[in-house]
Amino acid sequence: MALLQISEPGLSTLPHQHRLAVGIDLGTTNSLVATVRNGISVVLNNESGGTILPSVVRYLADGSVVVGEAAQAMQNEDAANTIVSVKRFMGRGLKDVGEINRLPYRFVGAPSSSVTPGGLPGGMVQIRTVAGVKSPVEVSAEILRVLRNSAEAALGGELVGAVITVPAYFDDAQRQATKDAARLAGLNVLRLLNEPTAAAIAYGLDNAAEGVYAVYDLGGGTFDISILRLSRGVFEVLSTNGDSALGGDDFDQRIHCWLLEKNHLSALGPRDTRLLLTHARAAKEQLTDHVETHITAMLSTGEVIDNVLTRSEFHAMSQNLVQRTLQPLRRALRDAKLDVADIKGVVMVGGATRMPQIKHAVKEFFGQMPLTNLDPDKVVALGAAIQANLLAGNRSGDDDWLLLDVIPLSLGIETMGGLVEKIIPRNSTIPTARAQEFTTFKDGQTAMSIHVVQGERELVSDCRSLAKFELRGIPAMVAGAARIRVTLQVDADGLLNVSAREMSNGVEAAITVKPSYGLSDAEITRMLQDSSQHAQDDMQARALREQQTEAEQLLEAVQHALEQDGDLLDQAGRARIETQMAALRHTLQLADHLAIKRAITALNDATVSFAQARMDKSVASVLAGKNISELEAK
Amino acid sequence: MAITLTESAARHVQNFIAKRGKGVGLRIGVRTSGCSGMAYKLEFADEVGGDDLQFASHGVTVLVDQKSLPYVDGMELDYTREGLNEGFKFNNPNVKNQCGCGESFGV
Repeated sequence: MALLQISEPGLSTLPHQHRLAVGIDLGTTNSLVATVRNGISVVLNNESGGTILPSVVRYLADGSVVVGEAAQAMQNEDAANTIVSVKRFMGRGLKDVGEINRLPYRFVGAPSSSVTPGGLPGGMVQIRTVAGVKSPVEVSAEILRVLRNSAEAALGGELVGAVITVPAYFDDAQRQATKDAARLAGLNVLRLLNEPTAAAIAYGLDNAAEGVYAVYDLGGGTFDISILRLSRGVFEVLSTNGDSALGGDDFDQRIHCWLLEKNHLSALGPRDTRLLLTHARAAKEQLTDHVETHITAMLSTGEVIDNVLTRSEFHAMSQNLVQRTLQPLRRALRDAKLDVADIKGVVMVGGATRMPQIKHAVKEFFGQMPLTNLDPDKVVALGAAIQANLLAGNRSGDDDWLLLDVIPLSLGIETMGGLVEKIIPRNSTIPTARAQEFTTFKDGQTAMSIHVVQGERELVSDCRSLAKFELRGIPAMVAGAARIRVTLQVDADGLLNVSAREMSNGVEAAITVKPSYGLSDAEITRMLQDSSQHAQDDMQARALREQQTEAEQLLEAVQHALEQDGDLLDQAGRARIETQMAALRHTLQLADHLAIKRAITALNDATVSFAQARMDKSVASVLAGKNISELEAK
Repeated sequence: MAITLTESAARHVQNFIAKRGKGVGLRIGVRTSGCSGMAYKLEFADEVGGDDLQFASHGVTVLVDQKSLPYVDGMELDYTREGLNEGFKFNNPNVKNQCGCGESFGV
């Protein structure tokens, strides 16, 4: 039978309706997928049993594709068809990729006539492989597909969506390319999330005190620093900086060089170089927890290397690398117009931040201990999974407002005939405020009922009722003369304020509601689906209601006129009007808006002369007892 | 009358509650829905409700509301791994038939 997970109180899913959502860290060097299970964010294992998938894709002549460690192993043997660090090419044109000649790929510019996903002039760079020309979007999609498959295997069902992280500095073309890759891999993108923001969320900083946080991300080959401001549960990226050619690999390189010097070795072949780099990397990792480490290896020449590397030696040789990360830190702070003292917390991301000398330097720079208790390799994916879980609707009731940054369904007001007038369309970002003017329906109307609804359908009965209140004290005027301004305002916390104000005397009424209250994502989805499925019905229904409303208004007006000025009509004239009124009342029973429209026209035609007579009478009464000069003085 | 957890299930529940940082125990229940009539409810419990029955198994407090109890009485909750997937499994003696996936059942 199916294996169940523990839900938050009251959020058990219906059978077959698990909202499985994942967070994906689509990294330059490595990629990971994580999800929230039993209330805890965890990184999922892939088929090989590990959690980290090298972002390497190899194309074979038979058209098959190998992703991950197996592809990485062939990186040197089949360099032209084994694509590493494809993230650097996402959404980039040929001229953006500076190091083209140093890379082992056969680049081709996209034909300028082709429509590229990023909409780049000249098109996104492409790579010719043995399996054909591949765009970075396709290559990334292969990585995402593997992650999706292992996630679906691990979760036992289809994913409803994924949150994918991107560097904070990614532009629209790069973000769009990432989205396209996800779509190609069959993933529904719930949101693209900035990597530093994901890390901050993993540390629960979105629930922490408002303030400014720094995210120090030293990956395998890149260094990024981001300054984020948290206000009202939303992170804003204030500035980013970094060094795209500085990472943990450079530290391995330093140890490698030290080994060459120590052993008086000159240039080695590729196999020995790889061997020593592997040992250098292992030594670097050892020195995180130990003060010294032994490096022993046998080269292809038979020469044996046996050295002891102490932590302090390693620190000394890597000191200028550590210092190189501090310059971008200062620039990022300067760009954000902030001082070190303004930083409330520092988050560490990337495996290289495990090195004690990095932690020490960051602590010295900021004057506080950085947050390091989560695995720095996984922290971005963990945060993305938390966000995905929230967006998929698996959240607990008290924190749903945090991520409500767009309005999921339109907000509107009920108008005559049970129709909805949409005031704030769905997907508007918050905070937002919109106003619209309404008027009275009947002569002498002094109160108005304001009914706030949410949904995409045309009829109030098909939407969700949020609140109802009355505006009283409207001065008595003829129908349509009063001007009532209704303002809908949604603040950053997702709270909806509705106010109605009569413009001539200023009477006002207001109410506050929470628009997302109690609406699950499933309901929102259903409401959206309903609205597209019923679009035709809705149009008919709206047309019918509009005609019905107009007919009722007309009947009332004519009835009122007959009572007041019936004496202006002869027997036949009155009978003619009454016949048309009866005919119109009859059509109201039928669900045919065209019939109603015809009857309205007929009644209007029948009352033309009556209206004329009434007009003459009222002009006469205004003029009665007044002379020409009085009239002209007006 | 009892609901029990296997040692493995209890250890996982305790671990999840500890990491979650709050919760008095595990809530098990049923509701009507699904292709075979009834569906399980498996949730963290933040408080004990008025009509809840409490069971203790391997140090975990299990809460079941009165109405659900007849459907799950005598049940054992296990934690298992199937391939890459892992999660809780209900061994319920009351079940007469269940849908293919076992997420909903009839009694």
